[in-house]
Amino acid sequence: MAEFKEAPAGASLTTQVTTWFENRFPTAFDAYRVHMSEYYAPKNFNFWYFFGSLAMLVLVIQIVTGIFLVMHYKPDAALAFASVEYIMRDVPGGWIIRYLHSTGASAFFVVVYLHMFRGLLYGSYRKPRELVWIFGCAIFLCLMAEAFMGYLLPWGQMSYWGAQVIVNLFAAVPFVGPDLALLIRGDYVVSDATLNRFFSFHVIAVPLVLLGLVVAHIFALHDVGSNNPDGIEIKAKKDAQGRPLDGIPFHPYYTVHDIFGVCVFLMAFTAIVFLAPEFGGYFLEYNNFIPADPLKTPPHIAPVWYFTPFYSMLRAITAEMMYVLIACVIAGAAFGVLKAKVGALLKGAIVVGAVVLVAAMLSIDAKFWGVVVMGGAVIILFFLPWLDHSPVKSIRYRPDWHKYVYAVFVIVFLILGYLGTQAPSPIGERMSQVGTLFYFGFFLLMPWWSRLGEPKPVPERVTFAAH
Amino acid sequence: MSDSPADSGKRTWLIASGCAGAVGAGFTAVPFVGSFLPSERARAAGAAVEADISALKPGEKMTVEWRGKPVWIIRRTPEQLATLPKVDAQLADPKSARNPAELTPEYARNEARSIKPEVLVVVGICSHLGCSPTDKFQTGAQPSLPDDWAGGFLCPCHGSTFDMAGRVYKNKPAPDNLEVPPHMYLSDTRLLIGEDKKA
Repeated sequence: MAEFKEAPAGASLTTQVTTWFENRFPTAFDAYRVHMSEYYAPKNFNFWYFFGSLAMLVLVIQIVTGIFLVMHYKPDAALAFASVEYIMRDVPGGWIIRYLHSTGASAFFVVVYLHMFRGLLYGSYRKPRELVWIFGCAIFLCLMAEAFMGYLLPWGQMSYWGAQVIVNLFAAVPFVGPDLALLIRGDYVVSDATLNRFFSFHVIAVPLVLLGLVVAHIFALHDVGSNNPDGIEIKAKKDAQGRPLDGIPFHPYYTVHDIFGVCVFLMAFTAIVFLAPEFGGYFLEYNNFIPADPLKTPPHIAPVWYFTPFYSMLRAITAEMMYVLIACVIAGAAFGVLKAKVGALLKGAIVVGAVVLVAAMLSIDAKFWGVVVMGGAVIILFFLPWLDHSPVKSIRYRPDWHKYVYAVFVIVFLILGYLGTQAPSPIGERMSQVGTLFYFGFFLLMPWWSRLGEPKPVPERVTFAAH
Repeated sequence: MSDSPADSGKRTWLIASGCAGAVGAGFTAVPFVGSFLPSERARAAGAAVEADISALKPGEKMTVEWRGKPVWIIRRTPEQLATLPKVDAQLADPKSARNPAELTPEYARNEARSIKPEVLVVVGICSHLGCSPTDKFQTGAQPSLPDDWAGGFLCPCHGSTFDMAGRVYKNKPAPDNLEVPPHMYLSDTRLLIGEDKKA
């Protein structure tokens, strides 16, 4: 418990009020110091460091616009589509609130993907920031659930058939799948019951979890301190007062810096809201302006752009592809047995595990493995801190060819995303299969390739020129 | 912290009551998880529906809704029926042998997958991820289909193809043929979908 302080005699009214509050709620004052005025962030943050605060901004936009949308929206299969059109046409200012929310969903993924890529570039997930990264991955997972369930609410054709496809993914699980899908839908097909529960999850359950995770993400970050483009621990060099030499207080330096980022971001964001809210069918798909019809699937269905890389991987897993994957499993097991420096018992376990996996791959439909691959593509991110064995954190001091590996990874991810928006085709299928193999190869072979090559010398202090 | 040793008797009871509380919490979850199941109203909506097929001409399709799903009734032409044995070799499950209990009632386990050879009754939901395939009755080369296309259905979501009896082609995302729902003829032109004679 904090000491009870007395304001000095003749102190100003402000000091007296502040002291009064500080005695009764010291937690708030401590939090301000820990997270703002005495949180020392590295002074060499660059462009990539805007996206964390921008993600917070978009979260606030989504919550505020969401609150206002719920005032007019009706979560009822018979009324939902019309209530969204009512918001668009009859509610004063309804159109802008709705477009802010729908554009916000896409903007959220833009900033989160860039934020995650920053982590990848500078090794921000490495020791001691593993938990920061894991909380972040959990936020990404929640965000995907939030976006998916929110997309059902307008009850358009894409809402309906998108939900039908994704819920049926769960039905692919052996034995319990069909019952699990029934439990999610609450009916034999996507229906009013599904709409109501998705509404509940979208407006209450997931946002609560999301907020909790955001708090955990930031607290964990402020406990270990921010990484920086050089990947150096600034806490290693401190001044006489114990403040990092390369750190500056978050407030006012980075608050002002981030407000600048917010201004630039809002220019782009509002330009989209006002000029191209559908963004050529990528942010709001054309088919979603047709009311849901359970008897007719639209001729071309695709998820919204932020899911398409994972959707491509789902489509890539055909019966033919299973043989390639089986070959990969066998090759991986052989490599493990011949090369890994582990005991005979563990090698036996590798062989048994591989045999069981291959047997399962041969006996269960490719459909299920497509779901496993799609889920695995997200889950594998959680393990990144233990996959990367590079002696240096930041891309700046990695061997040059690592930059090309990352560049190819980004290109492959973008191509997978593009293919996911397109109708299935034989060439697209082959490309997405190659892309899927590269995506998983990038992560699963990382313990090997991240160690290769000669890293450049890492400086003692961060690279920074005063400006 | 006191230095006196922990009272192990008390600790045992603390652990025991903690476990009892956890079990209680587990039981409390039952009604909440249970509320996710289809309601009585949703269950009741599964009743059988009747369809009048007297106006259905050869080569035409009609759709009726049963349990919220589209059920297609197609009166196939003799030419369409003639294609069925020819494509057998390209199909994943020409004899409808996979999961017959769920997908193909006994009276439909034949080449045409139907009671009357010309009248096909199937649930128009792809066995991959639940999209509704589109009609591709026109034979021959066309986009997304092979050049020797014999007529059938194409799922727009992931490209699975089905023949004129709703049987899935090999090496496609969909593992199973389209489901033939339980159905029976009330008269020559009236079909009951959702119930058959054994019920």
